[in-house]
Amino acid sequence: MRSPFRPNLPPDAAVLDEHKPLIRSLERRGLIRGGLSLGALVMLTGCDVRRPEAVEAALLAISRFNDGVQALLFDPNKLAPTYPASMILRPPKFNAYYDVMDVKPVSGATWRLEVSGLVADKRAWTLSDLQALPQTSIVIEHICVEGWSYIGGWTGVPLRLFLERVGADLRAKYVAFKTADDYPSSIDMASALHPQTLLALKYGGDTLADPFGYPMRLRTAVKLGYKNPKWVTAIEVTNKYPGGYWESLGFPWFAGI
Amino acid sequence: MGRVKTEAPGVETPSLRKRRRLHPWPLRIMHWVNAVVMLIMIASGWGIYDDDVIIRGFHFGSFWRLGDWAAWSLNWHFAGMWFLVLNGLAYLAYGCASGRFREKLLPIRPSEVVQTVVDTLHLRIAHPDITVYNAVQKLLYIIVILAGISQVITGIVIWKPVQLSGLVALLGGFQTARVLHFAGMAVIVGFLIVHVALALLVPKTLSAMIAGGPRLKPSGHTKQGRAA
Repeated sequence: MRSPFRPNLPPDAAVLDEHKPLIRSLERRGLIRGGLSLGALVMLTGCDVRRPEAVEAALLAISRFNDGVQALLFDPNKLAPTYPASMILRPPKFNAYYDVMDVKPVSGATWRLEVSGLVADKRAWTLSDLQALPQTSIVIEHICVEGWSYIGGWTGVPLRLFLERVGADLRAKYVAFKTADDYPSSIDMASALHPQTLLALKYGGDTLADPFGYPMRLRTAVKLGYKNPKWVTAIEVTNKYPGGYWESLGFPWFAGI
Repeated sequence: MGRVKTEAPGVETPSLRKRRRLHPWPLRIMHWVNAVVMLIMIASGWGIYDDDVIIRGFHFGSFWRLGDWAAWSLNWHFAGMWFLVLNGLAYLAYGCASGRFREKLLPIRPSEVVQTVVDTLHLRIAHPDITVYNAVQKLLYIIVILAGISQVITGIVIWKPVQLSGLVALLGGFQTARVLHFAGMAVIVGFLIVHVALALLVPKTLSAMIAGGPRLKPSGHTKQGRAA
């Protein structure tokens, strides 16, 4: 079965990367141009509009503006609702940019978590190192950008605790992730420090199953599903915008809920 | 006012120039901005909907979707929302401050609604005075204004379900809020079909929304308007 999350027409990411510097410099002009194009484009709603460059730039400029608004709306002390363990969906819903049959399991014994960027201690972590840290359990709703949602129960190391352990600069802007399935992702520091953001090792009390990110995946209650990378292999603390897989294809970066 | 002068130079007497048109220019601007933005929100919303349908088997074909896949439908939706909300707030403020809502939309009497429906069923749908809304028109305009407000609320709720978790709980959960957002769209689209069909059947209402329409009596009311 084909993942419903996969776009019908995957745009060429290289084009976006090429235009990124231009897009960042064009915010105001882009807005004006976009405003002028709004009227024209709505007439073409039914046509096969291949996203004219100016429209795309204007929409991305507004999306980046919205990222800023979302950061302002984010309350670091606001907790997502939690649910009784009886409501946990077993197994959880699988979603990736590829089919569940294409999942490549990761060996917990040889797995290492690299740490880099603005941190004091860049020593790599083993699974047992992470298991030795204090664990937290939460039962929270997973909300996908597509619209579906389910209740899941996650156990793991609060990312805040981990960042403090490695001596991360907590005033840095971004925490970026690399994964075994080549799904780069990143979140803002405020969300990384939220008490319901975990480096999850377990689901519903059991060790994570292969399709859901064994041995470790990010699980945060304050972001949409696509901001929860599975099979995390590296964490970087940085001030340089790291982007992410879906973000490079046009999805909003902040994606806070 | 300069605009009025250029439309009919030399004809206006000072007393006539003071009279408001049926649809003053701020209202016309807001109407057409809203028309464009609503189409953007509806068509991009259909693009978002299609990624995970609420009604099994019910999809919107690519002809009806704005954005060639979900990411761009989302970007259209989250760009359009600003124009919808700012224009909508301006419209509500204008409607309240100018007295237009009170004047045009109130009061509504159930007996008049019934009478209008009966008249319509008997094909008595003459609409000689477009400055006065009949009871069904008033009801439909109020419903669509409330639907618009409801769309903004349910939209913000499904955008920020954790930050607004209290409101989500009040609405019965994220999925219920999402269905309500979809239902609000259906109400607005239903209104849109009737609204456009009637505007085309009575073309002077359409030209009034472009050029402003007839000038009102000095009081700002027509005789029937006061009586209604």
